[in-house]
Amino acid sequence: MIINDQCTVVSQQQIAESIFELVLSGKIVEEMNEPGRFVHIKVTEGLDPMLRRPISIAAINKRSNEFTIIYRKQGRGTSLLANKKSGETVDILGPLGNGFSVAEANIGETAVLVGGGIGVPPLYELAKQLVTKGVKVISILGFQSQSAVFYEEKFASLGETYVTTVDGTYGKKGFVTDILGGLVVQPDVIYSCGPTPMLKAIEKGQYAAKVFLSLEERMGCGIGACFACVCHTKDDPAGHTYKKVCTDGPVFEAGEVAI
Amino acid sequence: MSRLNIELPGLSLKNPVMPASGCFGFGKEYSQLYDLNVLGAIMIKATTPEPRFGNPTPRVAETPGGMLNAIGLQNPGLEKVVSEELPWLEQYEVPIIANVAGSTEEDYVRVAEVISKAPNVHALELNISCPNVKTGGIAFGTDPEMAKNLTKKVKAVSEVPVYVKLSPNVSNIVSIAKAVEDGGADGLTMINTLLGMRLDLQTGKPILANRTGGLSGPVVKPVALRMIYEVSQQVHIPIIGMGGIQSAEDVIEFFYAGASAVAVGTQNFIDPFVCPTIIDELPQLLTQLGYQHISECTGRSWKQHEQFAYHRA
Repeated sequence: MIINDQCTVVSQQQIAESIFELVLSGKIVEEMNEPGRFVHIKVTEGLDPMLRRPISIAAINKRSNEFTIIYRKQGRGTSLLANKKSGETVDILGPLGNGFSVAEANIGETAVLVGGGIGVPPLYELAKQLVTKGVKVISILGFQSQSAVFYEEKFASLGETYVTTVDGTYGKKGFVTDILGGLVVQPDVIYSCGPTPMLKAIEKGQYAAKVFLSLEERMGCGIGACFACVCHTKDDPAGHTYKKVCTDGPVFEAGEVAI
Repeated sequence: MSRLNIELPGLSLKNPVMPASGCFGFGKEYSQLYDLNVLGAIMIKATTPEPRFGNPTPRVAETPGGMLNAIGLQNPGLEKVVSEELPWLEQYEVPIIANVAGSTEEDYVRVAEVISKAPNVHALELNISCPNVKTGGIAFGTDPEMAKNLTKKVKAVSEVPVYVKLSPNVSNIVSIAKAVEDGGADGLTMINTLLGMRLDLQTGKPILANRTGGLSGPVVKPVALRMIYEVSQQVHIPIIGMGGIQSAEDVIEFFYAGASAVAVGTQNFIDPFVCPTIIDELPQLLTQLGYQHISECTGRSWKQHEQFAYHRA
């Protein structure tokens, strides 16, 4: 069920250049199960910015009634969010959208998680749930530069983990797709979230695996009413059929929508 | 006894608060959040004869206190709205106001003729003010003669009262309002969005793929109030007011300006529970302000005080 909850800030810390990890607690956690969904955050009681900010859920902790979001401080909205201190409240609407289906990977199979930059966070909860289920997880995380790298150890504790940087200052120089193409193990499922060019490259890669991609789009309401975040379907790229990123997605199977 | 019920042409409203067209889809999304029966009415998303995909993304941009949208009248088309969306809404005891749009006069007439026959459609909202489509839309809403002629043609085929949605993007909104009243409009809804734009600091280009979009939200409220104030004194048909309403206080302000009911738009995106919240808060606010019934507030900004005296006794 979608609820509007005034969550309490448990902790907030900067974990990489411009990257913040915010842990929140509230009854909304009871509604959180599937990885890859998002929350819609009102960062101010004022009128600037006007709209909520959609941010993916990075980790769910049912026992402590907490969840984690990781975001890049970039514009006015995320700058205001980065100022939130422990004990303050944050207006959260969610959980929203269709996330990654853990059911797509069977016990004993191999799932490869491919994340780029601020697309990495939702893959963390996914990795945890896949490992709990008994799926082998390989993570490939791409960043611009060493200063932007985060959560490498957390992913590494769940399985084989590769890091790439565009400028080569950390891990392997290049793109996540370089690693993905060179894997010895044949993945059964690929789950990915990151910049559109990366998602396109993965879709073009024609891997012999089920591929799921999480998209990003400017949103209005986040619940499917405003039609701000629609995209064309792949089989009708110029027609009237559409998918809403907020409610049909943000996770789609490769080939489902035109990216 | 209810202090909020309002009677308007075609509409027996249990309260005067309804979600504005384009901000509520066809109701399904919000029905997951609360019982739609609490609403006074629902203004459904604009319907055109054929399905429309709308504009490329980005379709929204922001400004302090407001947002710009350029959705481009995306909708599933008349046939699907009549066969799927409206029947689904029949489970609720809420009058539907169908927003009618198109590119040509024939488009409007066709949609009006068919959609006005739906059992739960109690009124039409003639959308002659969408700023985000290349043909039709606002073109009909900026020329008094065109607006009047279109209103006449739609009135001739509609089985329910017709409200005309006015555009604020005109130099003289009173002349448009009078023209559609002459054309037979049963009421007015105002205002639609104000044409605006935002530019990207890095690229120097417009943020919206459509370049321009419609400005809405609290930032347009003073413009809406001024226009309703001007128009309500010059026409004899009721006005459903809209433009940046966020609270029960805003609703009363719109009534003071001359509205007889209100629609809430953009705020649904920020607080999806805004309509039920406002409806809950209105009676207490009326008490605070010393009114028995919300209808006493209509036009208070310009009506002679004596007209109200008997209500206050």
